[in-house]
Amino acid sequence: MRLRNRSGIAFGIVIGLGINAATASASALRVCADPNNLPFSNSAGAGFENRLAAMVGEYLGEQVSYTWWAQRRGFIRNTLKAGKCDVVMGVPSDYDLVETTKPYYRSTYVFVTRQDQHLDLSSLLDSRLHQLVIGVHLIGDDGNNPPPAQALGEEGIVDNVRGYSIYGDYRQADPPARLIEAVENGDIDVAAAWGPLAGYFAQRSPVPLTVTPIRDTERFAPQQFQFAIAMGVRKGDDGLRDRLNSFIDEHRSDITSLLRNYGVPLVDQPVATSGGHQ
Amino acid sequence: MFVRGLTQVLSVICASCALLSSVSAQTDLVSRMKDPGQWPMAARDYANTRYSDLDQINTANASRLQLAWTFSVGVDRGQEAAPLVVDGTLYVVGPYAGPYPNRVFALDATTGELKWSYAPKPEPAAAGVACCDVVNRGLAFDNGKVFLNTLDNHTVAIDAKSGKELWHTKLGEINKGETITMAPVVVKGKVLVGNSGGEMGVRGWVTALDENTGAISWRAYATGPDKDVLIGDDFKPFYDSLKGKDLGVKSWPADRWQVGGGTMWGWISYDSDLNLIYYGTANPSPWNANQRSGDNLWSTTIFARDPDTGRAKWAYQINPHDLFDHDEINENVLLDLELNGQTRKVLIHPGRNGYMYVMDRATGEVISADAYEFVNSYKGVDLTTGKIIPNEEKTPLVGKTVENICPAAPGAKDWQPTAWSPRTKLLYVPHQHLCMDFKASQVGYIAGTPYVGADVDMYAGPGGYRGEFMAWDPVARKKVWEIHEKLPVWSGALVTAGDVAFYGTMDRLFKAVDAKDGHLLWQFRAGSGFIGQPISYRGTDGQQYIAILSGVGGWPGVVANAEVDQRVRNAALGFTGATQDLPFYTAGGSELLVFKVGGASGEDTSHAPSK
Repeated sequence: MRLRNRSGIAFGIVIGLGINAATASASALRVCADPNNLPFSNSAGAGFENRLAAMVGEYLGEQVSYTWWAQRRGFIRNTLKAGKCDVVMGVPSDYDLVETTKPYYRSTYVFVTRQDQHLDLSSLLDSRLHQLVIGVHLIGDDGNNPPPAQALGEEGIVDNVRGYSIYGDYRQADPPARLIEAVENGDIDVAAAWGPLAGYFAQRSPVPLTVTPIRDTERFAPQQFQFAIAMGVRKGDDGLRDRLNSFIDEHRSDITSLLRNYGVPLVDQPVATSGGHQ
Repeated sequence: MFVRGLTQVLSVICASCALLSSVSAQTDLVSRMKDPGQWPMAARDYANTRYSDLDQINTANASRLQLAWTFSVGVDRGQEAAPLVVDGTLYVVGPYAGPYPNRVFALDATTGELKWSYAPKPEPAAAGVACCDVVNRGLAFDNGKVFLNTLDNHTVAIDAKSGKELWHTKLGEINKGETITMAPVVVKGKVLVGNSGGEMGVRGWVTALDENTGAISWRAYATGPDKDVLIGDDFKPFYDSLKGKDLGVKSWPADRWQVGGGTMWGWISYDSDLNLIYYGTANPSPWNANQRSGDNLWSTTIFARDPDTGRAKWAYQINPHDLFDHDEINENVLLDLELNGQTRKVLIHPGRNGYMYVMDRATGEVISADAYEFVNSYKGVDLTTGKIIPNEEKTPLVGKTVENICPAAPGAKDWQPTAWSPRTKLLYVPHQHLCMDFKASQVGYIAGTPYVGADVDMYAGPGGYRGEFMAWDPVARKKVWEIHEKLPVWSGALVTAGDVAFYGTMDRLFKAVDAKDGHLLWQFRAGSGFIGQPISYRGTDGQQYIAILSGVGGWPGVVANAEVDQRVRNAALGFTGATQDLPFYTAGGSELLVFKVGGASGEDTSHAPSK
């Protein structure tokens, strides 16, 4: 039985609540970014999203400026929507809070292990996952956790799973990286992490690490393990979106090289059966 | 694991402890509670009745209520704070936003004249860590000091006369997702404070500080081994299922308790005869239900503790293995009721899960638990075992759509406090009337990590209304009357000896109703919606006043005050769906409104033309 009361509420009515941000001046590319979250961005400009922003700025002939904010709940509201900045360099391509560009890369959740363990893990159905100590990120309640955390629970893999807060301690550098460090220092046997984070920190690890895309994810649909990533602008900011799309179209190979340099695992084809968006 | 003992980060800065140490620990709070002219704590009294013994405003003259004066706290965000009134001065605190977050103001309660303001200096903290708006639920007072909790985890003592800071103590770390939103409560010279941030995986606690120095005297965690929960040999839970060693560890899979939630952002009551404080803990987090098999103690639990030592005397878990985000931080109202011919010392806990718990507050026995809202997510409470009976059909499964779960995630009632009248023997309950669908969500993105989570899509419950203000008879165990409201009733309640009950609506109406039958006596259309707590006091002019903050926000109001796109139905943890029309009624606000019967205060009559 549906008991919805929608009387008098029309979808698509836009109420004049949104801030009419002044359109970005012709000389500035105003980027909203996390000051402490490599490999994506940090205030020193060391992330691939910083590098990408510099490339976009050069292409558009604009100076890059930043509004820094921790990328967690309220990030879009307090930065992009507040009119303080105009573009977020990385968001899922079907992210509802913003207007998205074309995706410029697609990555996957991965298993990270120590090379010297020779685990060669890739399948979510690998029976060894019942014994190995597995680290996952935790985001929040109500089922809002990364796909590996959900899938392992569905498989009844619980007691050997360790949780690492995605928020971590923001006083430390790149809080989500604690999960990868836990593999390095042997606290856990395997981390199930988002590819760009895992690939970057694995590249820099003093201990050789193996990064393998997670497969056999079909049975966990609609949970998806691959996501396409785009840039995001304010809804209705079609002009900027179109210029960013032109940049993406004309620089695909440069962008791919940049991401490879940062160790980002790239996947080409959406795997439709795992609920990936086309 | 990244959980460390917090003791390392606790710091006390006390500029004038030497001066303070000679102050007696004798509290003057109790005597103030006996003076109906004052409103010395957010809940007015230790029993959490929010009952004012003033009767100047009554059912006959409430229709003549008029604005006496107003004051802006300067920040248009959710205004949930209860003003305090002590010795003719009104103290109020603003939200954690703007240039002066959590600013405290002292005003002449009669004329509205500003006496002083105090602005805490927040740490240059990580932005955007608070879960749900940036509310503060109010201040506390004792022995000439005003106590403030800041969102960035400091408890501050301020000299009530001068507005000067006396000490501050850091209790938690905003950089780890901890915040504080609750109003402190002072019991026997100790300031009691609980944390927020369960959504972020914070481990819940309640901490007691010495009111004179800010030194921490005890901290009781909600999860983990008995030594952390302050459970010892004198712990006597009523139900056998809660007896045993280290249940705060054993009722979780390995180590899950270390980030187990169970925060405490609600209310604390106190019974001086039994020497027990009472409070409820929040939901288990941040693990999905399938990753936390077991009862997840001591989340969603009512604790009775000794205020001197913090030691638990009994506990009762309301929602074992919570599936619905049903924090049980709601107030526990302490009453003596005639039940089956005998007087029982009870506490009434209007559960977030939709059941009105009447419990023996000495033992922790559940005497009755009746649904006060439409509930289908549970099948009732077994009074023999004390256990709630789940409804398997409504179990949310990530990736599966489960429709029409009632009540929704905010429960039948959230933080918004009730009021009890000893005259009508009724409990006045502001609450919501929402159901939800649970389904796979839009893609979320936190700290560069994408995920498909679960959405809760909320909407009006049966009958098509979203909020209700009702009167409940706990002896007859039934609703006596109800008023349906378009939007969730997210404000607190007040009831007076004039038999007038007050509450505010999110669509900007402040209402006075007849406490006996709910008949509307008066309403005032304000600048912004209400999620605040109404209070009553007597001015130096002998007049009875009613005060409340207007300013929509909080979880349901975020859509109206913080530019969440109302087209995005699930932007604020699913609440936007239920309140997406809020911008038709209100924007944010920051106004303290003060009413009395008759004309405005502070009128200069010296220029009045002579008759």
